[in-house]
Amino acid sequence: MNDKADTGLSAAEIRDLADIAGTMVPASTELGMPGADDPAILADIVKSLGRDLARVREAVRAIGALADGALGAMHQDKREALINDCFANGGAAAAALGRVVLGAYYRDDRVLLALGMEARAPFPKGYALEQGDWSLLDAVRNRPPLWRDDRAVPGGER
Amino acid sequence: MAANEKVDVLIVGSGASGAAMAWSLAETKMRILCLEQGDWMKSTDFPSNGRDWEARRYTDFDISPNRRGRDTDYPINDDNSLMKIANFNGVGGGTLIYTAHWPRMHPSDFKVKSLDGVADDWPVDYWALERFYEENDRMMGVSGLAGDPGVPPRNPPMPPIPLGKTGTHYAKAMNKLGWHWWPSDTTVATTAYDGRAPCINLGHCTPGCAQGAKASTDITYWPLAIRAGVELRTRCRVREITTDEHGMASGAIYYDAEGKEHFQPAEVVILACNGVGTPRLLLNSASARFPDGLANSSGLVGKNLMLHPWPVVSGYVAETLDGGRGPITSMWSKQFYETDPSRDFVRGYTLQFGRTTGPANEAISSAAAGRLPWGRDHHRIYRELLDHRVNIGVACEDLPEEHNRVTLDPVLKDSNGIPAPRIDYTISENTRRMMEHGIARAEEILTAAGATRISTSRTVLNYPGHLLGTARMGDDPERSVVNGWGRSHDVKNLFIVDGSIWVTSGGVNPTSTIQALALYIADQMKQRLATLFD
Ligand SMILES: Cc1cc2nc3c(=O)[nH]c(=O)nc-3n(C[C@H](O)[C@H](O)[C@H](O)COP(=O)(O)OP(=O)(O)OC[C@H]3O[C@@H](n4cnc5c(N)ncnc54)[C@H](O)[C@@H]3O)c2cc1C
Ligand code: SF4
Repeated sequence: MNDKADTGLSAAEIRDLADIAGTMVPASTELGMPGADDPAILADIVKSLGRDLARVREAVRAIGALADGALGAMHQDKREALINDCFANGGAAAAALGRVVLGAYYRDDRVLLALGMEARAPFPKGYALEQGDWSLLDAVRNRPPLWRDDRAVPGGER
Repeated sequence: MAANEKVDVLIVGSGASGAAMAWSLAETKMRILCLEQGDWMKSTDFPSNGRDWEARRYTDFDISPNRRGRDTDYPINDDNSLMKIANFNGVGGGTLIYTAHWPRMHPSDFKVKSLDGVADDWPVDYWALERFYEENDRMMGVSGLAGDPGVPPRNPPMPPIPLGKTGTHYAKAMNKLGWHWWPSDTTVATTAYDGRAPCINLGHCTPGCAQGAKASTDITYWPLAIRAGVELRTRCRVREITTDEHGMASGAIYYDAEGKEHFQPAEVVILACNGVGTPRLLLNSASARFPDGLANSSGLVGKNLMLHPWPVVSGYVAETLDGGRGPITSMWSKQFYETDPSRDFVRGYTLQFGRTTGPANEAISSAAAGRLPWGRDHHRIYRELLDHRVNIGVACEDLPEEHNRVTLDPVLKDSNGIPAPRIDYTISENTRRMMEHGIARAEEILTAAGATRISTSRTVLNYPGHLLGTARMGDDPERSVVNGWGRSHDVKNLFIVDGSIWVTSGGVNPTSTIQALALYIADQMKQRLATLFD
């Protein structure tokens, strides 16, 4: 990880963040997906805050205030509506929160495997890319030139 | 201040143009030194080596220097511009984080005044540059397919990037509409090439290629230039170009990594700092003799900034595609490139078809666009999005306008106390009409491709890092900063070779032409060595 900065979040803020992250991306037993409040994923989120720390803290506080400090106690429908409204209103703080939560979530091994992907960095193995259907180019090959030849256009020669 | 030994040629900036220039001039056996403010990059440091590969495009590999904030970066005040500035400061410059799309300008791009009655013609034309385009294609290593009716003949030395599932999908839609498409030329090596390994489809070409398949000048031109005797000094940030009592450039003052000030004397100074860095340096080199900045008797240094407005239209198809598992660049269309008098704008654009992105970036960008909800619905919708995205970029030509400009910010400074550049830029009516035309065509294509959830952002545009026009070329010293071979009209041993010398911007990614021009200028200099300052 590149940002080595201390997380700076207090234990209480991390608890609030867990409630928020678990509402943003809840676990699904049916799909075999952990939630973003899973301990390993939450730890990765907290470790990755880096330069987004201040904005994420601002977002956590703003959501906490909207929920009167009781997000965890709210019904899931209400929690989800509150978070979706909060993001719909935009702003740099919400964007940073979304970026950090999703950045950590979608690199977790269990998440990638449940999506049918390999849990690894792209390098050094890379991927295979099929050639595709080059015969489709036959329709284009023998078209007349589309570009203007300035040597053939009056006023074109210097 | 420490004074260094005098060199024959001092190049400032080691990016696309500085590297090509250094390599070409090396055969003269002159003593050549390049000063670069950034570092050499190691391929093992590029994001695709690690599991945090997607997150790092928002931190130390962000395309905005303001967010990236490495200590080799300088801040840029682009608050007063809808188009933000993207760059990279290191050996290789912008080529370290470019996307390797490699179109050339069209012949008509050099003749916009005589053919279309707008802006100015260039003092050089396509045909004068043609052999330098070819030389540069060999040096950078280009993949593509000859025979494209959309562009003048060229012969890429390597086969094109596979179409893959995504390209095949676009191609079917384009054929349905009867519109031109062709696999893009790119500087991605599709076979082993000149010591470079072939592409293995890491799918994350922009923030550095860990495989070394993407041509950046640190792995193409620089090793050869250094072997031929050129010296490249990193972590040297130039503050100003100095002049002597005759009004000739005498060298440069720079700061080293410890912030220590040095004077580097030189017979010839060549600027290759890009369309933002070069005007910044010229404006910061004001003196009693040159009160408005160096080489600025025309008043045009910093003006006529062109940035290529670039709306991107996205949609989602039912078929599972290969987004994130192949180079981003795929195909281009030149169907709407040339001026068509029946349209309500002059000039035109390239359509650039993209392969999309990895799992985290799909989620991040879709959540930001409001497509991907939070809560229990998140997983269901995400599965409809991941690997189903198609997107088309509309690469619009913006014409030169003096009010679009780079100046020195009165407040913001870099870590050495050098004033930061400030950008003022608006999009003209002609370009807006062009954008709308391109967006409508891209929507038609995606609809023909069976896409749904089609969306375009008109306010948050893609910012492609094409920095052009701020020290333009021309024959008339009152209307241009440098002459037809890159020499300053005012200071006869000062040359500019980067994107700032562009007269107009064309509707293509610029680097192939930036480097062809640098090689052309080097060739002109070599032919005129005995009379260079006359
Ligand atoms: C994200 C992104 C994607 C891109 N994709 C493409 C693409 O697909 N195709 C394409 O053709 N182009 C692309 N580009 C554009 C391409 O990177 C530039 O056109 C090209 O690098 C410009 O070349 P240049 O020589 O003008 O300057 P640069 O390559 O920017 O080099 C300038 C160098 O000068 C150095 N410098 C500046 N000021 C100083 C100073 N005061 N002292 C010392 N050193 C200094 C900088 O550190 C830098 O290394 C992309 C750019 C970005 C940012
Ligand atoms: S897709 Fe190819 S060029 Fe792009 S990063 Fe991967 S190996 Fe390099």
